[in-house]
Amino acid sequence: MSAGSDILLQVEGLEAGYAEIKALLGIDIELRRGQIVTLLGANGAGKTTTLKTISGLVRATRGTIRLMGEDITGTPAHQIARMGLVHVPEGRHILRGLTVQENLELGAFAERSAETRRRQMDEVFDLFPILKERRKQDGSLLSGGEQQMLAMGRALMQKPKVLLLDEPSMGLAPKLVTETMKIVKRLNEAGTSILLVEQNARVALRLADYGYVLETGRIRMENTAEKLREDSSIIEAYLGE
Amino acid sequence: MLPFKTAARRAEAQDNDPAPARPLAGITQLQQWFGRPATFRGAMAGIVLLLILGPFVFSQYITVIMTNALLYVVLCLGLNVVVGKAGLLDLGYAAFFAVGAYTTGILTLQFGWNFWASIPVALVAAAISGVIIGGPTLRLRSDYLAIVTLGFGEIVRFSARNLEITGAASGLSGIQQPRLFGWTIDSAVDFYYVFVVLAIGAVIASIRLSDSRIGRAWLYVRHDEDAAEAMGINRVAVKLAAYVTGAIYGAIGGIFFAVNLGAISPESFSFEQSVLILMAVILGGMGKIPGVILGAFIIVLGPELLRDLGELRLLVFAIGLLLIMLFRPSGIWPGRTQ
Repeated sequence: MSAGSDILLQVEGLEAGYAEIKALLGIDIELRRGQIVTLLGANGAGKTTTLKTISGLVRATRGTIRLMGEDITGTPAHQIARMGLVHVPEGRHILRGLTVQENLELGAFAERSAETRRRQMDEVFDLFPILKERRKQDGSLLSGGEQQMLAMGRALMQKPKVLLLDEPSMGLAPKLVTETMKIVKRLNEAGTSILLVEQNARVALRLADYGYVLETGRIRMENTAEKLREDSSIIEAYLGE
Repeated sequence: MLPFKTAARRAEAQDNDPAPARPLAGITQLQQWFGRPATFRGAMAGIVLLLILGPFVFSQYITVIMTNALLYVVLCLGLNVVVGKAGLLDLGYAAFFAVGAYTTGILTLQFGWNFWASIPVALVAAAISGVIIGGPTLRLRSDYLAIVTLGFGEIVRFSARNLEITGAASGLSGIQQPRLFGWTIDSAVDFYYVFVVLAIGAVIASIRLSDSRIGRAWLYVRHDEDAAEAMGINRVAVKLAAYVTGAIYGAIGGIFFAVNLGAISPESFSFEQSVLILMAVILGGMGKIPGVILGAFIIVLGPELLRDLGELRLLVFAIGLLLIMLFRPSGIWPGRTQ
């Protein structure tokens, strides 16, 4: 295998926006096999839009997105999902009124074999035993942390190669943030490459291999997570307090 | 040629039902009792038997009313696919009803076709109109969708009123009653049985659709479009399938409505018709098949039962509907316990 095949996701010169407003003004991102890469930045910097554009929920106006070498720019979101790039959107999007199990089944919709679906659900239950316990409960009545597990579990039902996580720690108590990050780490160790958007830069950089800092639709800075952790300007601007 | 695959695994669907019920809700217990396959089948067999024996007991008048109620069952189950299952608003559902009725009317009257031969053409016409209405509305949400579908309903009605081929304002009359194996379907009782068959078919199709892959896709898209799409569901195809399925139900109702009455006019397919069907669906409980059937019967039988009240009956009926919606805002039929 050449070094190039190690790049799972490659984003070049990506531009996108809503109506008149350009949210992304040329983004370049690379995600390699086995990595966790994090996107940092203030509110409105374009982190969520970047994820949405990669997963096809927002149309790219310029630039290319390659998944495992294949150009997926402009491909409909549902097809991108079936190619192995799964987006866990901000706010978790748990389906209210449906049970935990039904929520998980949504994740395996594209899988036609009932046998495979069942096996995948067992794997998710192994990873998140609490979901197994609660599988008959309304998914929207779970606690925030459990809902996050459900959202990630649902994404895992698709056996993704690349996972886009948008603010998995949002709205969670500090203890649960740590818990969630441990799960992210575990998913990564199990072989999923992850592009992680986080408001909580300190936590994200502890986890990630590499990081990008976004500012008003552009990459302001990029480096290994280790270097970014040491950079005082980052600390000031995004680690705040 | 519906774009769905039936993977009806009732047992698994049963298994997914949340178990605990609140004992105080008697109606929920009724539903639970109903939910058991054996009792459900028993109840269904009983209802079918009652329907079959009906005309031996009913007066001619009641038979005609019941036929109308069964027609509404078909229409309401069709609209339920669009509104209840897929969560798309449709204020012009009568248009599909009209497409079915007029296609059959035109082909048999103006072109001398055999009635049965006209059915597939009418269904294709309905499916195409489902795509026509579905296509542009896919990107719209709630209120815009309401306006577009309402407009579509009116366009169909106005076209029927102004085209020569549809008989303009006076409509088409003298539509031949169909023959089947040398038997002419012509009496009120004959048509009653035709509609019994159609309604039972519509119920079975609805149940199987709900359990199918496309049924699950509708469920997910209705709950959260973005999550569904992020999980690999083609929302455009799924919504179009809902409109097309609904259109086919509507057309089936329209086809047999046309031959039953022998005459159709644009006013049979007015906005009020669409609203009435939608009302039945909402009243019974969107998405719940037994509820929708109940809604259809209430909408048709309600005003008839109140006939003694004379002029006041529609007022009383309306007040009754309002009270139901006040006390059971998500429809008469109970939802799943949470």
